Amino acid sequence: MIAHLPILQVIVPLIAAPLCLILRRAHLVWLFALFASGIAFLTSILLLQQVMDTGTIVYELGGWEAPWGIEYRIDKLNAFLLLIITMISTVVLMAAKKGIEKEISSEKHTLFYVLYLLSLTGMLGIVATGDAFNVFVFLEISSLSAYALIALGNDRRALWAAYQYLIMGTIGATFILIGIGMMYQMTGTLNMEDLSRRLPEISQTRTVFAAFAFVIVGICLKLALFPLHLWLPNAYSYAPSIVTAFFAATATKVAIYLLIRFTFSVFGLTFSFTTLPLQTLFIVLGLLGIFVASTTAIYQQNVKRLFAYSSIAQIGYMIVGFSISSVTGLTATLLHVFNHALMKSALFLALGAVMYRVGSVDLKHFHGLGRQMPLTMAAIVVGGLSLIGVPLTVGFVSKWYLLLALIEQGWWPVAVLVLLGSLLAIIYVWRIVEAAYFKPPLANTGDIKEAPLQYLIPIWILILANIYFGIDTRLTVSVAQAASQSLFGVGL
Amino acid sequence: MDSLRFCNPKTIKEDNAIELLIDIVLLSFLVCIAFAIVRMKDLFAVIMLAGMYGLLSASFFVTMDAVDVAFTEASVGAGISTLLMLTTISMTGRYENTTRHRPMLALVVVFVTGSLLIYGTLDMPYFGSAQAPIQLHVAPHYINNSMSEIGIPNIVTSALASYRGFDTFGEVVVIFTAGVAVWALLMVNVQRRKNTEIDDANNSTHEQHFIVRFVAKMLIPFILLFALYVQFHGDYGPGGGFQAGVIFAAAIILYSMVFGLNTARRVISQPIVQLLTAAGVLLYGSVGIVSLLSGGNFLDYNVLSADPIAGQHLGILLIELGVGCTVASVMILIYFNFSGRKNDRELEEHKETT
Repeated sequence: MIAHLPILQVIVPLIAAPLCLILRRAHLVWLFALFASGIAFLTSILLLQQVMDTGTIVYELGGWEAPWGIEYRIDKLNAFLLLIITMISTVVLMAAKKGIEKEISSEKHTLFYVLYLLSLTGMLGIVATGDAFNVFVFLEISSLSAYALIALGNDRRALWAAYQYLIMGTIGATFILIGIGMMYQMTGTLNMEDLSRRLPEISQTRTVFAAFAFVIVGICLKLALFPLHLWLPNAYSYAPSIVTAFFAATATKVAIYLLIRFTFSVFGLTFSFTTLPLQTLFIVLGLLGIFVASTTAIYQQNVKRLFAYSSIAQIGYMIVGFSISSVTGLTATLLHVFNHALMKSALFLALGAVMYRVGSVDLKHFHGLGRQMPLTMAAIVVGGLSLIGVPLTVGFVSKWYLLLALIEQGWWPVAVLVLLGSLLAIIYVWRIVEAAYFKPPLANTGDIKEAPLQYLIPIWILILANIYFGIDTRLTVSVAQAASQSLFGVGL
Repeated sequence: MDSLRFCNPKTIKEDNAIELLIDIVLLSFLVCIAFAIVRMKDLFAVIMLAGMYGLLSASFFVTMDAVDVAFTEASVGAGISTLLMLTTISMTGRYENTTRHRPMLALVVVFVTGSLLIYGTLDMPYFGSAQAPIQLHVAPHYINNSMSEIGIPNIVTSALASYRGFDTFGEVVVIFTAGVAVWALLMVNVQRRKNTEIDDANNSTHEQHFIVRFVAKMLIPFILLFALYVQFHGDYGPGGGFQAGVIFAAAIILYSMVFGLNTARRVISQPIVQLLTAAGVLLYGSVGIVSLLSGGNFLDYNVLSADPIAGQHLGILLIELGVGCTVASVMILIYFNFSGRKNDRELEEHKETT
């Protein structure tokens, strides 16, 4: 079965989704979904080990050799991403039973888990595959289920948010499809490795240029790069808390992965960074994203929305690291992909716990919560510190590598701006701390108890991971470094 | 016909002239309809035009010799999506609200996208050129080896169901996801479904359309039979699970449109439809799992039987069944949910008036 690990990674959650429909009973379905996600997590650990030991694994689907058939190609980069996605998915699912109890009406619980697993499947499929069209198919699975999951939110505005996301996401996916179609027309192949071999000959044609532009813009819509981020704040603030915790940690990361995969592996480094002024463009957009989104975050009254804007800012950091186009820069981006997933899933889960007890995540309802829900609030504080980038948390590690990369290139002004961006994070995190610890509780809230264990355990698993990987960086840094070296070295 | 074209230069010329004329007519129709769709406020007319757009695209695909794609476009673009949109406007009302804002930004985006698309065509290989990269790399392998490796005459089916069978699996899951998404969002409460009054009201209106009922009753068996033909004929001609599923669902939807939702629910109960959506995906998936367990890779049909060709046949037959099952039941499920919603609303109005 070890030889089949790459495909098991995707089909275990995939097959589990329709099986959930047959099980029907929401409680059983939850356990089953958790089990499937856990298996996927174990699979990803084994895969990462295997890739680090022996190098890239190729799996031919249907037994057909690569350009004729579809292949899965697991290298260090996507093994790392698979690990992040399945890890977050499993931990978030632990809290899901309590999490959706009050936020989604009970007859929809089974369908919630089905959609959750489908979304997981979609993301894993996008990351695992080595075929450009297969990316699109699984992108559709993850997007469709994402729209539905967001629309399940209790707030009626969730429907509108999901609709906005649907329109923007569909445009993004269509652009990606147009780009893939043009690439196919010019090369006759859909296999990524084959594409990377055949594209350089014709890289000067206008069709390939158009294909590149469509793919990049499409992916940027998906990853909510400033100024294409407008769908994200609404989607994240009105979706059920569990959904937000899952997507904030994974969905945009998958888009970052696609960006790296298409620019580095498919189109190739020289093409990607010379045909378009991509480097300047991305540096500017990344920095603008950091500043505009962080500033907007400061003025938010809804804490979920506040962290949604903060997510857009964090994407800015990843894009800055990416556009340095050096080994250290890409390492910083990959580290931040991992670390940000840990912070944001913890923070949004904690907000879910607040929602569960208080029924609102408006800043004014946080007054006095420091005493009423000490463990949850402590988690938010640690997560916030990590978001700022305080030493001994994961946030510090990725920002440290980002600064190293910038200084390596001698880009001092950018480095200063990145540091200033972190100062903005201090302000918005402080607003929550101030409300929770230094304001008296609201008079009419009654008795608010600490969050239930089913919430606290996953939250604190993630928070401890935030601290552990902030101190012991061997695993994350070595994998991220190896992945980015392999991308700069021999390509795919 | 294809082979003839390459032999005789004279036929190429004549053929091209007629084909060019047809293409120009079809494409200008498409453009006119697209403009009309944008300009019109009457949604009923818009839906009819959208159906025509689908049908014209299908004809266009036929002239491009892409009959399988044309068949899918005809059954999905012109067929089922028209039905679903009609059901939608029966709930939302027939006329579009007038909007005062002028979406200039959207116009700019459309303009830029359009220009980039045209810019992209400048270096494309000529349409139908034998030297185009698509004709020289992967496609020849399918054309030359499909018969010996898979053993079915329709190369489209062999590429779709075997060479790229995992994509098709993904697409089935996309449809399954769409079905579950609609179900989760439009789910109707079970208690509110006991709407006998509405049923009576429905029946009385239906009795007025005697001719419609009569014709529908005559047609439905043939539509179902045709769906089965398309399902099992995919190996030999255009067709397969996707088209068959949609046609099958269209017959059921026609039945429930003419005879009322509750009558249709008595024939096909909703829980069974729900189970069938999952069953199709599971059937497809289990073919893959069985090939895993028999020592092949996922979806490797060669190992399903002692003779690889027989294995391929069996595999394709089974996965096409899975596709048809999921597609048909998802379409029916979506329709049931949409019009169940409508029934509920009517019931509420009914209660308010009495």
